[in-house]
Amino acid sequence: MTDSLGKVRSWFSGGSLFWPAVGLGLLFIFNAIFASGFLNIEVRDGHLYGAMIDIVHQGAKVMLLAIGMTLVIGSGGVDLSVGSIMAIAGAVAAAMVQANIGLPAALLAALGIACVAGLCNGLLVSVAGIQPIIATLILMVAGRGVAMLITNGQILTFENPGFVFLGNGHFLGLPFTLTVVLVTLALTLLLTRKTAIGLFLESLGDNERAARYSGVPTRLIKTLVYVFSGLCAGIAGLIAASNIKAADSSRVGEMLELDAIFAVVVGGTALTGGRFTLLGSILGALLIQTLTTTMYNLGVPPSVAPVPKAIVILAVCLMQSSKFREHLLALAGRKATA
Amino acid sequence: MRIFRSQHLPLIGTVGVLLTLYITASVMYPGFFSLRVLANLFGDNAILGIAAVGMTFVILSGGIDLSVGSVLAFTTILIASLLEKGVSPLLAIPTALAIGSLFGAFMGFLIQRYELPPFLITLGGMFLARGMAFVVREASLGITSPFYASIQDLGIPLTDKARLPATAIIYLIVFAAGVLLTHHTRFGRNVFAVGGNEASARLMGLPVARTKVLIYTLSGFCAALAGVVSTFYMGSGNPAIGMGFELDVIAAVVIGGTLLSGGVGSQLGTLTGALIFGVIQTALVFDGRLNSWWLRIAVGLLLLVFILFQRTLSRTSLKPT
Repeated sequence: MTDSLGKVRSWFSGGSLFWPAVGLGLLFIFNAIFASGFLNIEVRDGHLYGAMIDIVHQGAKVMLLAIGMTLVIGSGGVDLSVGSIMAIAGAVAAAMVQANIGLPAALLAALGIACVAGLCNGLLVSVAGIQPIIATLILMVAGRGVAMLITNGQILTFENPGFVFLGNGHFLGLPFTLTVVLVTLALTLLLTRKTAIGLFLESLGDNERAARYSGVPTRLIKTLVYVFSGLCAGIAGLIAASNIKAADSSRVGEMLELDAIFAVVVGGTALTGGRFTLLGSILGALLIQTLTTTMYNLGVPPSVAPVPKAIVILAVCLMQSSKFREHLLALAGRKATA
Repeated sequence: MRIFRSQHLPLIGTVGVLLTLYITASVMYPGFFSLRVLANLFGDNAILGIAAVGMTFVILSGGIDLSVGSVLAFTTILIASLLEKGVSPLLAIPTALAIGSLFGAFMGFLIQRYELPPFLITLGGMFLARGMAFVVREASLGITSPFYASIQDLGIPLTDKARLPATAIIYLIVFAAGVLLTHHTRFGRNVFAVGGNEASARLMGLPVARTKVLIYTLSGFCAALAGVVSTFYMGSGNPAIGMGFELDVIAAVVIGGTLLSGGVGSQLGTLTGALIFGVIQTALVFDGRLNSWWLRIAVGLLLLVFILFQRTLSRTSLKPT
């Protein structure tokens, strides 16, 4: 009994899912009260439609990015280049589909290039020993230029039904994007929680030198983490292109890297590395998307949406600071005695 | 003596790249090698350069400031809408500068007092300032003010064809002040000490807390001043301006030879880094065949080369890790 409980706990190890879940719950309650029809889900043509389904669908990109980013941050790094990798993957796939190369080849090529981009990040971090922020900053700056080069600065549109299905289709009545997220999440959970890879990752993020001395192949793991993040970004890029049936290299995934980092941190993964929670990151991504949707529902112009986002970030940061908690406790104590 | 030299090698490399680029462009494009282009190089890059002066303090101290692009946008739209309401520019500009500085001080306070990662706090600051910019006004707003017209007409004539524009003059003044503050004051030395090793700086009795808050205040001030210069340059305020600007600024500082781990770098290097940006941009304009996305690729490659170069240097030199 205790054994299975421990097992369940180990799945959630890394951080408490409690706070992000509470935040998400509060937002849902708020919406249920103030946005009419928020909880309604209707069936049309055998597909489910509704505000909540929409949140999941719209949030798929950030959820995918957050899955990759969780592992990167858990290993003690950060990946700023995911938005640019999205642009590259979308551009490659759109260009190849337009050139009438088969869809499977185009998708594979796009994901392959996304992995190569991630590999570049990984090698810069693990072999060249560059700080992750900077190593990935390079690709963040240059990657969008490369994507523009592929599309020749144009917005490439496409009509390929298979490609369009990826971001707009339905599977089992739910948006197909949800299936993509769930499959990616399940595979990642299996890989990190049922094999030693997760342990290696956390030991790497906690104390790299100690991990290396205990025989963990730190360089390999570090490199692979960035390749994986690149792959996730590639998938997100394909979905983003498919959503609008076009590869818009200059705008796609803009600022999404920050949303992904935000999702991971809100989800309870510490930016210092050493422990991570994939489910928390998914909750964090849903939290952002719900926040955005709530703004829309309230009629707040989308351009003002960064303000609540910022407040949540600052609040989460403060709550994670032990100094701030001491400060609060001291204040509360003073009031109690007074 | 050896440390002195190895610390200055990145700067020598940066200056070398700038000269190579400048000479190559001068040979390739007729009319590039002129006083007019040179003066405009400073004028057109004043916005980037001024923000980079502030960012240099932050990066020297081992931190990072992601909010500068948003603070710049907030400043431009705040000034534009204040002027529209009939406020004098002589009041609107100091107000905007004060708000930018206070914003920086607030972030610095959070980072210092609660030992929070600068990356996240300034990320929050970036969202906050961007949102506030849109709260002030949702669309861009032109500025029609006699004061602005006179500023835009202002300039030091160099020859009958070339003149140093007002934005360039402001940039050079800010740069000179930055050099003075970084390399010739106690505050500057404290910044280097905090970036080199915060714990030892504290043990040495240096005012680490005050220095850190001041650093982010300065960066906020510089970002706001860059916003003011941007209103001079564009003649308008725009809440959507400067997205991704913070990364250009960081890139200019890093290309200028300032180590991101803190403790090593110079304002002269940052100036060089900003000018490298400018030369590439001007060369692309002169060429006309190449598109602006080549700027991004070129800057990315330069970043890569410089960081690898710095990395080899810091491995061979005596810099503590």
